[in-house]
Amino acid sequence: MTAPHGSGDGLRDGGDVNGGDGLRDGGDVNGENDLDGGKSLADVLHEVEAAEHEYRPPAAGPVGNTVIAAVVLLFGIAALVGSWSLGVGSARVPEAGTWPLLVAVVFVALGVALLATVRRTTDAERFSRTSWLVLAGLATMVVFVAVIEHIGFEIPAALLAFVWLRFLGREGRRTSAAVSIGVVVAFYAVFVGALSVPIPHLF
Amino acid sequence: MDLSPVLDGFGVVLEPTNLLYCLIGVVVGMLIGVLPGLGPAATIAILLPVTIGIEPVSSIIMLAGIFYGAQYGGTITSVLLRLPGEASSVVTVFDGHALARQGRAGTALGIAAIGSFIGGTVSIVALSLLAPLVAGFALDFGPPEYTALAMLGILLVSTVSSGHRLKALIAACTGLLLATVGRDGFTGAERFTFDNLSLADGLDFVPIAMGLFGLGEILYNLEERHRATQAPVTVANVWPSKADLRQSSGAIGRGSVLGFVLGILPGGGATLSSLAAYAWEKRRAKHPERFGKGAVEGVAAPESANNAAATSSFIPLLTLGIPANATMAVIFGALLIQGVSPGPQLVTQEPELFWGVVNSMYIGNILLLIMSIPLVGLFVKILRVRATVLAPITVLITLVGVYTVNNDVFDIVLVIVFGAVGYLMKKFGFDPGPLVLAFVLGSLLEDSLRRSLLMFDGNPTGFLTRPISGVLLATFVLVILVPPVRAAIRRRAASRKELV
Repeated sequence: MTAPHGSGDGLRDGGDVNGGDGLRDGGDVNGENDLDGGKSLADVLHEVEAAEHEYRPPAAGPVGNTVIAAVVLLFGIAALVGSWSLGVGSARVPEAGTWPLLVAVVFVALGVALLATVRRTTDAERFSRTSWLVLAGLATMVVFVAVIEHIGFEIPAALLAFVWLRFLGREGRRTSAAVSIGVVVAFYAVFVGALSVPIPHLF
Repeated sequence: MDLSPVLDGFGVVLEPTNLLYCLIGVVVGMLIGVLPGLGPAATIAILLPVTIGIEPVSSIIMLAGIFYGAQYGGTITSVLLRLPGEASSVVTVFDGHALARQGRAGTALGIAAIGSFIGGTVSIVALSLLAPLVAGFALDFGPPEYTALAMLGILLVSTVSSGHRLKALIAACTGLLLATVGRDGFTGAERFTFDNLSLADGLDFVPIAMGLFGLGEILYNLEERHRATQAPVTVANVWPSKADLRQSSGAIGRGSVLGFVLGILPGGGATLSSLAAYAWEKRRAKHPERFGKGAVEGVAAPESANNAAATSSFIPLLTLGIPANATMAVIFGALLIQGVSPGPQLVTQEPELFWGVVNSMYIGNILLLIMSIPLVGLFVKILRVRATVLAPITVLITLVGVYTVNNDVFDIVLVIVFGAVGYLMKKFGFDPGPLVLAFVLGSLLEDSLRRSLLMFDGNPTGFLTRPISGVLLATFVLVILVPPVRAAIRRRAASRKELV
């Protein structure tokens, strides 16, 4: 494959700025600008990426990208320190830390490279209002795992399904209630009834 | 070539249970292909707990069916709704949807189904001939060869995919580091366990794959702004005319061959081959301007290619034990769970498994052809199922499913953690595929590296003294060096073009 990155950055941005001009009205994408048939594979790929991006939150700015690269670098350094303390060893006498140390060195080098090219990076998204939905979704799962051992899976599963349907998916109240109860009944029948999995359950 | 194991393989496939699992696999594959959202890697990851109770042959037959079935299903939404259900059907959108708007949706779907069938079948035949040869060649591979092969595989998967190359490599390194968690097999020392007993045996593959691919993808999709859903176009006649078939026969042939070749290469796979086949077809066309406006070749080539690639990407997995893409990494994990370690011995030591899975693909492709031509209306109806209803059900299947593997709540915690990580990775442009792939290859890589060093008495240049590992490592270096050089050449060519 040809270099997928670099030149495509513009298009990626274009995808969300222009919204509907992407794939929806067909003509633009494969229309005038390639009558010579000389469109490269990389270009097609970038169009595809831009179109995929159309419904997504906007791209992260330089600050966001720097933070991402910094976090990556910190993780790499932590891995480096951790493997160092396991024992460096040598090629002749490897210790527990030798291999992770090798990987961590490459990791840190990649992190530095990422930090250095932050200005050319445009494939990260920023957090937007819809990101709260993700947090809410994660919260329902955390609640699920926190209480399952105490009160069984039925109530937290029904609650999780209801929150996802009603609040994250904006389904109607009746649909949400019916589907959540139906799902729990089905799960009970399959996992407790048919498969007798020892999952904690109330009834 | 001794044909009896091949024939025995057909015997395995034709057992009623295996036929049933093949059917389940291709139906599920077709469904998730039609439904935008979860891809085959995610679906296979989520179904991993289910496979534990099933025979190895049956479970891999089913998982394989999901993979190539998704290639058929993904076409339907590309053509009808301009929403690719599957990454490998993205290019089908260009001409497939143009055909649909001309009232020729049936033609597009029919050509795609026939192309997929031919691509898949050609690829299975080629796989049957090639795989035993590759496996035989690889039988002499020792630790140095495996070290080089695993490194090259991880590098290719990280750099060939469409995303950001540095980020993909970072993801791969993360996978390698995660694989070191737990007790070190050589020294017995505990690594990165933070005194947590549940981590002493290392991280399990199932929660990682389910979290990163399954939950991560669902959480990522939560942020998607609502897409306007159009009413599906009605599909009338799915049988393409003779003229259409004649026009696309060349494209199907070329797509099948290209797909087969690209599918074998690590990092190639279905998505890349469909793009390449489309680009190739367009470049060699007499009237490239027809492309994007409803050229049947523009549907036939990528659809044949993605199916051929989906099939041929089993070759490196089943013959070398090196998965060629993210989905194969999950199937690799499924095999390990079943106690089967894929590698060159598989063909000779587990012929029923090998030939059973390979031959099941013939049956699967026939089933898919039936489902995509006469029964296509049924699958179009499934488009009415809303993602908002499917998401919570999938989440619960994941949370409960991961628990059933070890009956351990800690696994649910892990899957949620990796779900959050998977979401953040996708959000910030890190493809989780290389992470999962590097994770499954991580201990093999470390193991063979340390064994090789023992063999070479601690001298790393020993790798270069063996022809195969030497060539593989040279390729490794080339893969790192070539892209920057090519980019520079292209930049120069581009500036020259501007001058003209």
